[in-house]
Amino acid sequence: MTESDPLVLLLSFVLLMTLVLGLVRALRGPTLEDRMLSVQLLGTGGVAVLLLLADVMAARALIDVALALALLAAVAAAALTRREVDRG
Amino acid sequence: METVLWNLLDLALAGLLLGLGWAAVASPDLKRGVILFIAFGLLLAITWARLRAPDLALAEAAIGAGISGALLLLALRDDPSSEAGDGIATGPVAWMTALLTLMLAGLFGWALLTALANPGPERLAGQVAAHLADSGVTNPVTAVLLNFRAYDTLLELAVLLAALLGIFALGPARPGFKEGGPVLDGLIRWLVPLLVVTGGYLLWVGAHAPGGAFQAGALLAAAAILLRLGGREGGGFPGPVLQRWVLAGGVGVFLLVGLAVTVVGLDFLEYPRAWSGVIILLIESFATLAIAATLALAYIGGRPSGWDASSTGRTTERQEQS
Amino acid sequence: MAEWVTFAFLIAGVGFFAAGSIGLLRLPDLHSRLHALTKADNLGLGLLVVGLALLDGGLVTGIKLFLIWLLVMAASAASSYLIAQQAMRRGSR
Repeated sequence: MTESDPLVLLLSFVLLMTLVLGLVRALRGPTLEDRMLSVQLLGTGGVAVLLLLADVMAARALIDVALALALLAAVAAAALTRREVDRG
Repeated sequence: METVLWNLLDLALAGLLLGLGWAAVASPDLKRGVILFIAFGLLLAITWARLRAPDLALAEAAIGAGISGALLLLALRDDPSSEAGDGIATGPVAWMTALLTLMLAGLFGWALLTALANPGPERLAGQVAAHLADSGVTNPVTAVLLNFRAYDTLLELAVLLAALLGIFALGPARPGFKEGGPVLDGLIRWLVPLLVVTGGYLLWVGAHAPGGAFQAGALLAAAAILLRLGGREGGGFPGPVLQRWVLAGGVGVFLLVGLAVTVVGLDFLEYPRAWSGVIILLIESFATLAIAATLALAYIGGRPSGWDASSTGRTTERQEQS
Repeated sequence: MAEWVTFAFLIAGVGFFAAGSIGLLRLPDLHSRLHALTKADNLGLGLLVVGLALLDGGLVTGIKLFLIWLLVMAASAASSYLIAQQAMRRGSR
């Protein structure tokens, strides 16, 4: 991987700002599920930012980090929505 | 142009971390606070990535955002009102808390400024690089964790185990979860094996690339948590006896190795050069299983069935569901 | 020539992410927000993956990126279903 253009760096910054925009929903969104959407956005967007950074910084290891993040994104949603059995 | 962009990115990340941290803690609505905390963890992972610390980014994504997030979301269920109002301090306590916080902030600020102004004769990274060839691995983070500062890691594992025993002392486990529908089952079917394989990959690759026992253990724990969320009561765990062996194995193998080398005349935890790589992998393997078991059992929130002190068959309400 | 194609993919990818976020903020209720988020973000990620693969040029990395995209899509599909189901259960439609 070669150290790449300022464009990819600019795109990383813009993408990060987009994620911040999505965080407003976490602050506002009336229900817990609405706020969960922000977490979803950060998960997918986080993967995207990591992949872009992996290119700009010529750090292949960040792709592995993106992979781990992608794997874990669903666990939080599952943790939110599963119902427990009724206690005895 | 590029430096401007880097500075912008760094400033944005720093500002976001501060803002999110503050918002998460100061939020009167607990649900909001928990979600913001998860978001904080994810942003912190991105920050570690920016600081060229992929090992930390992996650990933060797995533990900070994934497992802590799941734990906090679970804890939310117990609090019907989800209001943080009761815990806020007033009067003299508030003043003392504010004073203490100011003093701590001043202390950290002074330490930071001193460190920046006078970096010292030699950076630690230089020392690590100089001795890396002797450590048995080529990933400097693993070398520090498992070789140069192995004692610290041993103590960390012991702390984890102690914390788990503390959780067990609180009472029996939470009830399990209802059976998942077809979508969740489908998700589990492919995600759990992937998590396990990736965990194994991270454990193996930790010797020469970012990865290692903590990251691998966290991924395995996430797999177990996912199984439990899908309604499988046993959630990937072996029976109670084997659980105890696995939990003890992390600290145990570490200690055994450390003591074994003293027999040959070396210091405690001073690995023989030729065997360093193998020894590190051995210790890391058992540590991975122990960490995974600890985190997953912590999620259960109490003693699982089979751990109860008495085996006289005395039944309680909670044991009925096992 | 190939550079412009790469940049177009990358810019389009980020553009779709932006669209997803705007949808998250501006749409009236949970289900429409969920719809916007999942579809736009995953498409944006796919375009980014194509752009990055073109930029880097290695086969192994390209396959890895593509697999990450598939992974994210499958996980998002399941997550959004679960969230929507939960919302319906709570009656917050």
